[in-house]
Amino acid sequence: MIRTMETRRAAPEPPTAAPPETAVRIEDLSAWYGSAQAVGEVSLELPRGAVTAIIGPSGCGKSTLLRCINRMHETTPGARVAGQVFLDALDIYWAGVDAVEVRSMVGMVFQKPNPFPMMSVYDNVAAGPRLRGWKMDRKTMDELVERNLRRAALWDEVKDRLHRSGSALSGGQQQRLCIARALATDPSVLLMDEPASALDPIATYKIEELVRELAVDVTIVIVTHNMQQASRVSQRTAFMLAAEDGVGRLVEFGRTDDIFTNPRDSRTEAYITGRFG
Amino acid sequence: MATAIVAMATVPERHRVTARRRLTERVVVSLLGLATVLGIVLLFLILAHVVINGLPALDLAFFTQRPKPFGEDGGGVEPAILGTLELAAASGLLAIPIGIAAAIFVVEYRSGRFAAPVRFAAELIAGLPSIVIGVFVWALLVRGWVGHYAGIAGAVALAVIMVPIVARTVEEVLKLVPHSLREAALALGAPKWKVILRVVVPTARAGIATAAILAIARSAGETAPLLLTALGNDFFSTDLLRPIDALPLRIYRYALSPYEDWHTKAWGASLVLVTVIGLLSLALRLAVRRGAR
Repeated sequence: MIRTMETRRAAPEPPTAAPPETAVRIEDLSAWYGSAQAVGEVSLELPRGAVTAIIGPSGCGKSTLLRCINRMHETTPGARVAGQVFLDALDIYWAGVDAVEVRSMVGMVFQKPNPFPMMSVYDNVAAGPRLRGWKMDRKTMDELVERNLRRAALWDEVKDRLHRSGSALSGGQQQRLCIARALATDPSVLLMDEPASALDPIATYKIEELVRELAVDVTIVIVTHNMQQASRVSQRTAFMLAAEDGVGRLVEFGRTDDIFTNPRDSRTEAYITGRFG
Repeated sequence: MATAIVAMATVPERHRVTARRRLTERVVVSLLGLATVLGIVLLFLILAHVVINGLPALDLAFFTQRPKPFGEDGGGVEPAILGTLELAAASGLLAIPIGIAAAIFVVEYRSGRFAAPVRFAAELIAGLPSIVIGVFVWALLVRGWVGHYAGIAGAVALAVIMVPIVARTVEEVLKLVPHSLREAALALGAPKWKVILRVVVPTARAGIATAAILAIARSAGETAPLLLTALGNDFFSTDLLRPIDALPLRIYRYALSPYEDWHTKAWGASLVLVTVIGLLSLALRLAVRRGAR
């Protein structure tokens, strides 16, 4: 594992590029389910306004790492975290920080589309502000719903059925509705846990387009087991691998181009060329 | 499956085993069919008996008049019908919120220290004979706080019977709400209590309604606890602090009487009670079907 320690730092930026501002800094993060450690000593700096992909084979801890960024990990009974995660300057695991506050700063999209089935399309988008008790009049809420459905590239498809059930939409539309729902509270960071793995290729393509567009003003972290997807949508890639002890560790992190064309670790190379995983 | 049967058929020594299996299958299916037919016939006999004996009692007076004194023909069971509805409403108001709250506690806070004891307590109460619950409420309210037989004591006794039914049914319903919906709401920055009240409970509302109707239908036919609590009342009274009448009590009293007319009325009251419970069950079925859609 000494090798991991050497290679986990990002590749140095070329001198012409301005150093990217860091939106999320993960320091020495470890995560457990009960007594089983899933993530071991991961350190990462995720640049603002960029897409970072976390790739790796099943069980390498990539989803768990993602769930540590908005403190969703601890909602699993017996789950535990050590280390630090900074959103801007805020240490989200500091004792005085409320997990509910953290989650309201970070949006999350899950693997399977999960719109609230008893709510309409409109109410799904409005759910975040309402659950947080934001007071706003009807007109402001209408605007918020429309703006975020547009951001999720869904407005044109649903504008005539805003008040029908969200679960009547197709799988891809449902997932974009979930993205609109996550965006509606203006998070600075959006976490996506294999957002397209349950979708067909066309719906997947739309989601990828959307990820690229959204990255202009939102920092996106996307977990995927699809390497082509990672290379298509992300500027940074982190490759994780579970060691024989079952603990997922960071093998390599750097610019996506470098990871895919010139990996420095032989295990990264083996994975991206499809020799395992 | 099909290939397995073909494979077996081509192996001669296994042939006999297959034949025996088929025979066993046929015998078991016939026995099961017989049991089903017996059950349906029994149900049909009871219903037919109640309808044949009860229909002659049903006229306008039966639904709109009070019981007549001993020995006098005529009159009706209006107080019993109203009393049963009133008891159902009062016991429902007491039991349904408590049952739902207990179920939420058990499901949503299952990692907590009290979830298992709460579920165990609900199972214990569900297993108590209803007469024991009646005696308990009699000692607590009739002999204690209220001081005399009263409708409210009957409502409390019925509520004690209903709470575990509501709690256990709602528990199953809440468990059916996908975990992904709770996660979605939590990830939106909602505190847990809001996740439960605004997402989990609304998603399960059809099932929760089913649980409420099921509990009311179950308790509407209870007699023993009412004998010790609501007592019954020949006069029209909707005051829950005084004894009130209920259909099961009226059936019990009339069935034990020596008068032909009262026997007919007992059958009539039985028919009304069975119909009310049947309608509730039907509403329940429809609610479940709509919820499943």
